[in-house]
Amino acid sequence: MIRALLARMHQRHRTIKYPDGPAPALPARFRGLPRIETGRCEQGCRDCAEACPTDAIRLDGGGIRLDLGKCLFCSECERACPQKAIEYTQDYRLAASNREDLIIGEKDLRHAQSMGRELRRLLGRSLRLRVVSAGGCNGCELDVNVLSTVVWDIGRFGIQYVASPRHADGLIVTGPVTENMQLALRKTYDAVPAPKIVIAVGACAISGGPYLNQREQHGGAASTVPVDLYIPGCPPHPLTILDGLLRLIGRIGVAQVRESRG
Amino acid sequence: MTDIFVTGKNARPITLAALPECDVDALREGILQRVENGGRLAALFGDACEDGAIMMYAVIADDSEGQLAVGRAKLESASYAALTPDCAQAHWFEREMAEQFGLKPDGHPWLKPIRFQRPLSSDREPAELPQIGVTDFYRVRGEEVHEVAVGPVHAGVIEPGHFRFQCHGENVFHLEISLGYQHRGIERAFVGGPHKLTVHQVETIAGDTTAGHAIAYCQAVEALSAVSPPSRALALRGIALELERLANHVGDLGALSGDVGYLPTASYCGRIRGDFLNMTASLCGSRFGRGLIRPGGVAFDCSESDRAQLVEKLAIAEKDAKNAVELLWAMSSVVARFENTGTVGRAMCEEIGLVGPAARACGIERDVRHDHPAGIYQYAQVPVMTGHHGDVNSRAIVRWLEMQQSIEFVRDRLANLPASPLMASAAQIAADAMTVSMVEAWRGEICHVAITDDRGRFRRYKIVDPSFHNWFGLAVALRGQQISDFPLCNKSFNLSYCGHDL
Repeated sequence: MIRALLARMHQRHRTIKYPDGPAPALPARFRGLPRIETGRCEQGCRDCAEACPTDAIRLDGGGIRLDLGKCLFCSECERACPQKAIEYTQDYRLAASNREDLIIGEKDLRHAQSMGRELRRLLGRSLRLRVVSAGGCNGCELDVNVLSTVVWDIGRFGIQYVASPRHADGLIVTGPVTENMQLALRKTYDAVPAPKIVIAVGACAISGGPYLNQREQHGGAASTVPVDLYIPGCPPHPLTILDGLLRLIGRIGVAQVRESRG
Repeated sequence: MTDIFVTGKNARPITLAALPECDVDALREGILQRVENGGRLAALFGDACEDGAIMMYAVIADDSEGQLAVGRAKLESASYAALTPDCAQAHWFEREMAEQFGLKPDGHPWLKPIRFQRPLSSDREPAELPQIGVTDFYRVRGEEVHEVAVGPVHAGVIEPGHFRFQCHGENVFHLEISLGYQHRGIERAFVGGPHKLTVHQVETIAGDTTAGHAIAYCQAVEALSAVSPPSRALALRGIALELERLANHVGDLGALSGDVGYLPTASYCGRIRGDFLNMTASLCGSRFGRGLIRPGGVAFDCSESDRAQLVEKLAIAEKDAKNAVELLWAMSSVVARFENTGTVGRAMCEEIGLVGPAARACGIERDVRHDHPAGIYQYAQVPVMTGHHGDVNSRAIVRWLEMQQSIEFVRDRLANLPASPLMASAAQIAADAMTVSMVEAWRGEICHVAITDDRGRFRRYKIVDPSFHNWFGLAVALRGQQISDFPLCNKSFNLSYCGHDL
């Protein structure tokens, strides 16, 4: 017992202050939101688009269009570009409410919006989520799970992962939705009582990710269930996932409507 | 009999012309003899020939000699005498071949799909594709015998799989594991590659084993293109592989603790796991090591300041892990739950061919880093850690012992980082050649077999994740256990669903 208490002292308090305090430091080589400067492009150059393994980059009259939903954040495009027209930044805020918002050009990414007022009233302070891996590689699953550890402690925000869809307010879906998981995903969704939300985490769940060309999968969660929040990455950093969840419940990102506390 | 096999070391090229084609009975005999003499079936798989016939390839690992024997046979018809009745290690492989190529192993005791996938060659597509999970399960009948079905969607944040228990009260007579839910067609995607997506698919065969599979793949490509990665790249790959082992082992120890209701260690280890992942992220920006390991070398360097910081972080994580993990064995209630739970005996382990910590927990010194060293492990050894009893406790102890060795290894590599370039220049992949590339990842032996066509493209790329060998071990471990111990037993193996399902 003494030993357990001493260990408790050694291990200290570890929960981060974010979002009230600063976000935890990201590694110097972290690859977050890409910054695009079409003005640097050379006429006719397609190096970035050709380097991209998931064909996430389109070049049209308006310049470079990069689909964060397909992006693996491998930065092959950045390396391929002689003009530095694409540069990956440290900006971890990647979540969006609409699929088309994830296709970015020079303009800023439109960050995820919070749930509507009524949903926020119901779920904003107590959100129970069931996680369904539908062909995921366990990368997204692990970094979703990590938010339950003492460092991130999503319990602080009333968010909890639950064991049954019947106890849940919504689903987190990872993986491209394999043919072999489609029925199970649909049944799990049906078992969640309404109103309910769906969060697609990772490139696979948004677009099929590295498997987007495979006929064994369906190209992401939206093929099977309606999606309310998209969190890009391969896998997204825990901070990116947390940012998305907190925007969804209106904890950050909206003009904070606070009840008067005197 | 030996002349039907070509023998060589890990990750060496073999020209297909030098590899004899024998008939299937001779291959069968050869496999059985080698396994009888202590060999281990590392891979057994099919490949569709141009004329529509199936070529069967076998890889037998001789761990004591550090040799890999490769043999092949062209099948005249789909039927052949099954190996499984005489060699239990072939059980899962033969079911896989039956599913992928329509082979009919006569006398196989339990022939049914393992993934419910489409056949690999499209001309063999059956009129009706298999429906996932729709199959006959092994059943025990009798008074008071009941069946418990779990999954595919589980209670925790884990991957999907279906478990069917035959129970008498709380006691489990038999567990059947039915997988395939994560099947996304990786082996088929590799045909004609390497493509732009190939290396990214390699990194996500099992996302928690990115370094392990990426190294196996790169070793295979390098062997086939006669490229030797520079020494600094080999050292950095070793660091990535051991950090991956450290993160997963400490995470598993925490999860085991959580599964017996001892929350302090569960909580601490969950955080310390993140510390190891963040060390990997400091090397390459990704907590899982995405983008670090590439054919020819590594894509990121470790600067002097990175190195100093890593050494410092490693020392802190070591101290924290020791503090958290050793609590487990100071708590009699934890030890009581770990000991004699989910035991797989040494003889059973040998027979079914377990790999990784699950094998070493039975006292078997089986470790690719030691038996078939490639890359950095040719120059720097990692002692093999073993347990004695093959139970949950032994699997936990082996993980903790291995962590200590991995920390030493990473520290040594960081102290002696060779100065060299990071990448060797790429070369053409040889045509009509093959190679077997093995890596000891944190779950155990990864085996990749690449076979090229006449243009130097992959005609077949076989992936054997350690989970492929070990899922059956979990089923065996559950026999005679209480069903309530399933989560604990499951976590003590912590196998990959996606690595198995491909």
